[in-house]
Amino acid sequence: MNRFLLPLGIFVVVVGFLAVGLTLNPRELPSPLVGKPAPDFSLPQLHDQGKVISSNELKGKVWLLNFWASWCDGCKVEHPVLVHLAQSGEVPIYGMDYKDQRNEALTWLREWGNPYQVVAVDESGRVGINYGVYGVPETYVMDKAGVIRYKQIGPLRDDILQGKILPLVRELQNQ
Amino acid sequence: MRWLLVIILLIPSLAAAEEARPLADNPQVEARLKTLAVELRCLVCQNQTLADSNAPLAEDLRREVREMITKGMSDREIIDFLVQRYGDFVLYRPPWKATTTLLWLGPFLLLIAGATALVLALRRRQKKLVDVTLSEAEHNRVAQLLSEGANRP
Repeated sequence: MNRFLLPLGIFVVVVGFLAVGLTLNPRELPSPLVGKPAPDFSLPQLHDQGKVISSNELKGKVWLLNFWASWCDGCKVEHPVLVHLAQSGEVPIYGMDYKDQRNEALTWLREWGNPYQVVAVDESGRVGINYGVYGVPETYVMDKAGVIRYKQIGPLRDDILQGKILPLVRELQNQ
Repeated sequence: MRWLLVIILLIPSLAAAEEARPLADNPQVEARLKTLAVELRCLVCQNQTLADSNAPLAEDLRREVREMITKGMSDREIIDFLVQRYGDFVLYRPPWKATTTLLWLGPFLLLIAGATALVLALRRRQKKLVDVTLSEAEHNRVAQLLSEGANRP
């Protein structure tokens, strides 16, 4: 009996490690930018190319920054969630059209609805690099001082929105 | 018919390959990019280096690194730039810090554990082995068996 105890113990430990390790999502990397000031940007707007949207204008309020693109499948998945959030008016959402074609982005928004206050155009993906974006969609929560408080990698789901993002937004708005 | 065959055989010659475009005008920049890029991970494909990957993000990051090299930034500064944005995951060689202690020491701990287990097992086995002394009769029998074997054709 005793000679089976050690292998059994090792087996249980290995299963434990695998049970945790294999269910982690390797795509979800902790961002070093959470808790740091959001990188500044100043970019042309999608709907009005002549106008510029700059991150400095957005200081003083809590806002969401959503990186998306018309070529991105996950963005279509999360889009209804964003549209619904925009309708509730709880928190302004700003879009970052990441490495996209202008016409396609405009068509996409016309077709699926536009939840964004303003959409900035990051054609070269440089602002994306400053934000540590490695796959759209990604969504950031900024506080009133312009500090990144949360980063969502991958499509925004209703349970994440209700369970994490909105409580955080309300807390930050009350500060 | 024969002419058709000739024409068909000539078609591939039309698909002449163009020479690959140089990635940068400055080969020194390119050499430094190469040595840096094999140390950096492509965030999209995760198991490829920045040098190997064809993902658009990897291309963008190579462009960014190339520009930083041209600006005269040191390797340290360039790596810091990327770590600030993407975290330690971007490095193929994770740095030595509190959260990575187990990662670095783990293999050695396993080695020590394995060696200890081996030593313990060997010692336990040694205890089980008892020196057996052969009696005179047994010696004779062994000698006889051996000589029988030697005499066989």
